[in-house]
Amino acid sequence: MTSLIRNRNAVPNEWALLQSASGPDAFSALRGRKVLLPLELILSDEDEARAQLGAIGVWLDSHQDLASIENRIADFQLIALNFPVFSDGRPFSLARRLRLELGFTGEIRAIGDVLRDQLCFLERCGFNSFALRSDQDVDECLSAFDDFSSTYTATALNQEPIFRRR
Amino acid sequence: MYRYDGYDATMLEERVIQFRSQTNRYLEGKLTDAEFLPLRLQNGLYVQRLAPMLRIAVPYGMLSARQLRKLAFISSHYDKGYGHFTTRQNIQFNWPALEDVPDLLAHLAEVEMHAIQTSGNCIRNTTTDQFAGVAVDEIEDSRPYCEIIRQWSTFHPEFAYLPRKFKIAVCGTQEDHAATQVHDIGLYLRKNEAGETGFQILAGGGLGRTPVIGQVVFDFVERHDLLSALEAILRVYNREGRRDNKYKARIKILVRETGLETFREKVMHEWKQLRGGSLTLTDAEIERCKSYFQEPAYKALEPNPASLREALARDVLFASWFSHNVTPHKKLGYAAVAISFKKTGYAPGDVSEEQLNALAHLAERFSFGEVRVTHAQNVILADVEESELYNLYLSLAPDSLQADNLNKLSDIICCPGGDFCALANAKSIPIAEAIQRRFDDRDLLADIGEVSLNISGCMNACGHHHVGNIGVLGVDKKGEEFYQVSIGGSSKREAKLGKILGPSFAQTDIPSVVADLVSVYRERRLADEKFIDTVERIGVDPFKKRVYEKDQ
Repeated sequence: MTSLIRNRNAVPNEWALLQSASGPDAFSALRGRKVLLPLELILSDEDEARAQLGAIGVWLDSHQDLASIENRIADFQLIALNFPVFSDGRPFSLARRLRLELGFTGEIRAIGDVLRDQLCFLERCGFNSFALRSDQDVDECLSAFDDFSSTYTATALNQEPIFRRR
Repeated sequence: MYRYDGYDATMLEERVIQFRSQTNRYLEGKLTDAEFLPLRLQNGLYVQRLAPMLRIAVPYGMLSARQLRKLAFISSHYDKGYGHFTTRQNIQFNWPALEDVPDLLAHLAEVEMHAIQTSGNCIRNTTTDQFAGVAVDEIEDSRPYCEIIRQWSTFHPEFAYLPRKFKIAVCGTQEDHAATQVHDIGLYLRKNEAGETGFQILAGGGLGRTPVIGQVVFDFVERHDLLSALEAILRVYNREGRRDNKYKARIKILVRETGLETFREKVMHEWKQLRGGSLTLTDAEIERCKSYFQEPAYKALEPNPASLREALARDVLFASWFSHNVTPHKKLGYAAVAISFKKTGYAPGDVSEEQLNALAHLAERFSFGEVRVTHAQNVILADVEESELYNLYLSLAPDSLQADNLNKLSDIICCPGGDFCALANAKSIPIAEAIQRRFDDRDLLADIGEVSLNISGCMNACGHHHVGNIGVLGVDKKGEEFYQVSIGGSSKREAKLGKILGPSFAQTDIPSVVADLVSVYRERRLADEKFIDTVERIGVDPFKKRVYEKDQ
């Protein structure tokens, strides 16, 4: 069972996730629910999704970029970024762009290979929710956000680098 | 030098606690090898051939006497009594036990040292000219900017999982002592016509399997915009650098495959969003960082004092050492002194516990308590009074630190190679020693003059063999160690990659191959011409002919 941390609290996950191979025929079984759709499905069948589903979010894989939805990110309550492997650094840049430059105020969720020892930096990049890999200890993960009390760099939590705070 | 404030100190303490937790979880089996790997690498810890290796950061090469003594303590308590200066101005220890590393890091933190980001696919230690602040030909002291980059790059949350490692060098002098052009990003300090300080920014340089000289991305970036420009380049690289093949993952491949123009456009696109934002450096921050690198309390001294002239006339060995190892200083009556760690019979760059303690003492006695590590694996005392040079020279003898071979053939840059490194294809230290023994003749070395000889034990090129005037690369041929030789490389302003002479040689042949190269040079050189200039003028062929003619 995947545990979810949102804003540093363990919470139930209300969102179903459709895999990237899914088509619009998957919508009927999820009627009325909150569903995370792969970017491809948003681009091809968004109207249909909005008609059938309770709420929609979008998830991007690490190699995908934001260009196709960049000018309407506010249409999504939730944008999830997938980690095929925890050491894939690309979603860190996507999240920073979403949060710090595009000003996205909704939920940015890390999905996939999400592990304890990346959480602190993920949060600093703008992620505020984390669908942990199923073997992760939730309490251990909740402690990760306190690994550091300060930071040199501007972060999603504190948009001033250290030299403007010293 | 830079001193930590409460922010720096607290973050470093927290880092030690974090790594202790990570190490414990690994030892308890809660982290897999693959999950622990980037965590330990970003704390400098490799698993090596014989034992773990810990690489400790020496930010832009600066060490205080107190730090040197701590390193000496570490070498005796956690190692076998010695360490190794690296080609990126760091120091590494080859024998600490994995479970001891958190304690070792706690010791380092007491003297504002650490192993953060000395390995792994992240931004590594920023390096610079060992003569920063004292060079005669300096545009501006590079160290305040190195410190600014150090703080920006340390724990940068976006760039901890780059496609591959990322190295930045800064050069503030006319002559380039930092091999700036073979770094992922190279920064040359310069002034524009209005007299403002800024940087020429090169990207895409690097050695390794595919050596490339960096290309100019921006000709002049005003200093306040430095960090936003760096961040823009890093973001393009993090997003678009190749992750499918580790040999094609460095930024040099991205720049090459994208094309410089397109790469620059992509960077500009990112920079537009970042420039003028909170990354813009403030005057206060630049001044704050500069305040740590103010001139020490220099005395008004007479240049070239009589005591020095007399000692030079009296002691021919001192005169030799003086002519090779002493560099002019911007302040009259002072000199910058190189202490060579290339004495024949000692592994290049290796430093013993006794020598570390001796360096601390020498730094305090002769050079305001500080030293600098060079990328050529030597150590500089940057501020020595000329009248004290002879006393300094005499003080070097008990610790075998008197080698008078700076920038000479036996001042070999050499990686640890197959004796220590798990990546190496071949040994490198015995090759260096064999060459040093062959040329262990003061007069001969002086006659050969300035030449850089760089040895790497594998393609990863930690010994910078591509940019050696003579480069030696260890290769594996069906389980046997062979050595490829190149000539004509340079890491200076006119950076060049060496040309491979031809088929590789057996280990025992290398000293005579080098001897052949030197013979051709001595026969063909014009007056005052350096080895590299002769190679440039007459080309590789005469050298090639000589080294292979015995086979025909």
